[in-house]
Amino acid sequence: MDQHTLKELEDTCIQECAPPCSAGCPVHVDVRSLNALIAEGDFSAALKCLLKKIPFPGIIGRICDQSCRSACNRSASGGALSIAALERACADFGDNRMKAGHRPRRNKKVSVIGSGLSGLTTAVDLAKKGYEVTLFEKNTVLGGKLRAFTPEVLPPDIIDRELSILSELNITVRLNEKVTARSGLKSLLGSCDAVYIGTGTGSESDFPNLLTGNMHPAEEICTYMTSTPGIFAGGSLLYGYRPYPPIHSVADGRHAATSLDRYLQGASLTASRSQEGVYTSRLYTNLEQVAPCTLVTVDDPAAGYSREEALQEAQHCLQCQCLECVKVCSYLKQHGSYPKKYVREIYNNLSIVMGARKSNKLINSCSLCGLCAEVCPNRLNMEEVCSTARRTMVDQNRMPPSAHDFPLQDMHFSNGAQCELSRHAPGTNKSDYIFFPGCQLSASAPEHVEKTYALLRTTFSENTGLMLRCCGAPADWAGRDDLLSNARDDFNRRYSELGRPPLIVACPSCQRMLSSHFPDVKTISLWEVLASDSIQLAQKKSASSTVALHDSCATRHDSALHENVRSIVTDLGYTVQELPLNREKTECCGYGGLMWFVDPGLSTTVIDNRIKQAPEEYVTYCSVCRDFFASRGKRALHMLDLLFEEDRDSRASRRAPGSSLRQKNRRQLKTRLLINLWGENAADPKSTINIRLSITPETQEILDQRYILDQDIRDVIEYAEKTGRKFTNPDTGRFLAYRKLKRITCWVEYACRNAEYVIYNAYSHRMEIVEENHDQQE
Amino acid sequence: MTNKNDSGWMCHNCRRPLQTAKVDIAYLGSAFPVELFQCTTCGLVLIPEELATGRMAEAEKILEDK
Repeated sequence: MDQHTLKELEDTCIQECAPPCSAGCPVHVDVRSLNALIAEGDFSAALKCLLKKIPFPGIIGRICDQSCRSACNRSASGGALSIAALERACADFGDNRMKAGHRPRRNKKVSVIGSGLSGLTTAVDLAKKGYEVTLFEKNTVLGGKLRAFTPEVLPPDIIDRELSILSELNITVRLNEKVTARSGLKSLLGSCDAVYIGTGTGSESDFPNLLTGNMHPAEEICTYMTSTPGIFAGGSLLYGYRPYPPIHSVADGRHAATSLDRYLQGASLTASRSQEGVYTSRLYTNLEQVAPCTLVTVDDPAAGYSREEALQEAQHCLQCQCLECVKVCSYLKQHGSYPKKYVREIYNNLSIVMGARKSNKLINSCSLCGLCAEVCPNRLNMEEVCSTARRTMVDQNRMPPSAHDFPLQDMHFSNGAQCELSRHAPGTNKSDYIFFPGCQLSASAPEHVEKTYALLRTTFSENTGLMLRCCGAPADWAGRDDLLSNARDDFNRRYSELGRPPLIVACPSCQRMLSSHFPDVKTISLWEVLASDSIQLAQKKSASSTVALHDSCATRHDSALHENVRSIVTDLGYTVQELPLNREKTECCGYGGLMWFVDPGLSTTVIDNRIKQAPEEYVTYCSVCRDFFASRGKRALHMLDLLFEEDRDSRASRRAPGSSLRQKNRRQLKTRLLINLWGENAADPKSTINIRLSITPETQEILDQRYILDQDIRDVIEYAEKTGRKFTNPDTGRFLAYRKLKRITCWVEYACRNAEYVIYNAYSHRMEIVEENHDQQE
Repeated sequence: MTNKNDSGWMCHNCRRPLQTAKVDIAYLGSAFPVELFQCTTCGLVLIPEELATGRMAEAEKILEDK
C-alpha cells in the first residue's frame, strides 16, 4: 500500500465526515457533540464546546436563523431539532465562560471598523490570537444592528453581558468614531498593520472603489481582502439592503480573521480553505430504524428552554454517524474503531522499520467475507485491504510464522498422498464431469461424499470422475501466493489427466476459489445440479418444518446459487426462514480468512452472534458453516443431511469433528473409496498411523484447542520409543517426551498399556531448544 | 524455579534425577538462556507445560511481532 492508496482508502471511509448540521452551519458548530453533552446534563461542557465556534452564544442562541436545521436528519421523524434554543440553553445554564487565559503576543496591531457581529467576531478572534486590536464604532454603544432587535428577542443586558469578553481580551474600544475612506482610514493604515471593515448595511459608499477584491462569500474561496492589500471587509456591508443572516456575519468575521492572520504572517490566503462555510457533508447515516419522536417546543421564546426541556430535546439528536460496516461486523467492532483508522494502522504496520507490529492481528483476523463493502455507501472493502496487506507481509518476510501455519499444514495434508485422489469413475476411462467435494466436506461428513458421488453417477452422469483435495483457499487467505501456485499446478496436472471436464463443486469456498483463481476451470455448483432434479428431490420429501437458511459468505455474489439452494430446501418440504442478513449481505460463520485460527475468541463471537438470529434449526450448504454453528450448540444441518439422513434430529446436534478427526476422516475416505470403488488397497502397514492411541474426549478437546494432531503425537512417541530420549516417572509409570516437528516442538505425556499408548497431555512451543548433539528434526 | 526437581521426572535412558541448568532457547534469530531442568548426563531438557503455554508463548508472540 503506498501513500496515495492510503489517502484514497481513508477518503473512502466517511465516518469522520461532519454531521449534516455542522456542515450546514457557516461556522461549523459541533452540534452533535453539543447535543450529546446537553443530553448528559453537562451544560458547562456543552457551552465550552459551543464557544469554540461561537463567541457570543447568548446572542446567537436567540437570533440565529439556523441554516443547520434544514440539514438535520431528524426532519423526517419528528422534525429538525431546535438547535438555536439548545445553544441558548448552554449560555443560560452553562457556567464555563471562557477565560482570556494566556495568549501569544504578536506585536502587530489590527483595527476593526464597525462593532456589529462580523466586526465583533473578527476582533475577538484576532485578540485571541495575540494581536493588539482596536475596535471603532460610530455610535455610542457597541453592537451595530444587534441593537435593532426588540428587547423580547434580544435583551440589551444580554448583549452587554456577552460583550464583556472584549475587555477580558484587552480589546480597545473607541465609540463615537466613524471611520470612512475619506476620514480616518488613511491615518489608521499608518498606525496599524491591517484593517477589517464591518460597517454593515448601507455603508458601501463610505468606502468607494475599495470593496472589489476577493470578497464574495459565494466564491469558492473567499479571502475577504479588498482591492487594497491589508484591508479586509465582510458582513452585511457586502450585501446592500438584502437581509443578511446574523450567523453569516459571524462566519464572515471568523473567515476574515483567518485571512488577516495569514496576511500578517505572510502565509497563503487561499491554501486549505475549501471547506470553509456551508457545504454538504458526505456523511451517510442510516435512518431506517429511527423511531419518530415528539420534539420539545419552546413555549415562551423570551424564556427559552428550561434545563429539563433542553436535556429532553438534545436526547432526540440522532448523533449522526455512518458505521454501517462496523454495525454488521464483529471483527470491525472488536478492534474498537472504523476502517478509516484501520487502513492507517495497517499502513503504519506495513511501513514500520523498527519496533512492535501491533496490527498483525488486525490484518490477519479479518474473515475476508466482503460484507463491509456490501453495506458501505462507498464500497470500501476491508477484504481487499487485509488480503493485500497479508501478501505484503509475506513478501517482506514479516508474516509471523505462527499466523496461519496449522491451516496451511492441513491444506498440505489434504493435497498429500494420504488424502488426495483423482480418478475417472470406476470402470471408465473418460470423465464428462468431475465431482469436487472439497476437503472440509470430506473432513466433516465423508459418508456424504460417498453418497453424493454415487447419486451423481446414477442420476446425473455415469462418467463423473472424482477429485479429493483442497482448493487452495487457506493459501489464498494466508497471502501465500507461492503455496497457492503450487496447489494450482498440482491440481492442473491431475485435472488435465482427467481431460479437464467441468467440476461439480459442493463447497461454496472451493467454488469461489476455483472461479477466481483457476482460469480455464469450468465449475457447476452441486446445488445447481441437484436443484435441476426436482423429481428426485420430491421422492426424498419427508419434512414439513421451518428451517433458517444460512448463505455461505463465499456465495455473496452468486444469486442463482441462492435461488437453487432455496428451491432444493423447499422441494424437500421445508419452509425457509430468511435470516436478517442473507444472500449478498450474508455473514461469515467465523471460518473465512482463517479468522478461526488467528483469533478463535473473535470467531466464537461471530458464531454466537449469527446463531442467535433465528430460533429455527439452521441449514447451510457449507460443511464448515454447519460445524461452526454446531460447535456453539446451535442445531444445524448441512443440505446433504436433508438429502441423506433419516434421523435429522440427532444429525442436527452432531458434534463438530476436531482437527485430528477431520484429517482421519479425509484419510479414511480415500482408503474406503479406493477399496470399495476401485478395488485397491493402498494402506501402508508400516505407517506410524498404526501406532494405537487412547485419548479421552476431555484430553482430545485440549489437543484440538492446541492444534496438536494425533499424527504429531505418534511422531513424538515413535521417536521417544526408538531412542529412549524421554523422561520417566517411576511413581506413575508415565513418560514425557518431545520431538521437534516441522511446525512446532511437541511434548507428550503418555503411558504404554496393552499395546496402545494412553495420552494424558500434550503441549507445544515454537522456540527451539538449542542442543548440540541430538538432531531431532523430523 | 528451585534447583531440585520435585515433578517426579527422571531421565529414562540415564536413570538420573534432573538438575537446573542454563539452557539456550532460540526463536527467529534470537537466543535466550533459560534456567531449566536437565539430565546432567545426556543433557535432555525438560520444558514444563506452564512454561510452554505461558511465558514462552508470550515471548514467541513478541518476537513474531517485532
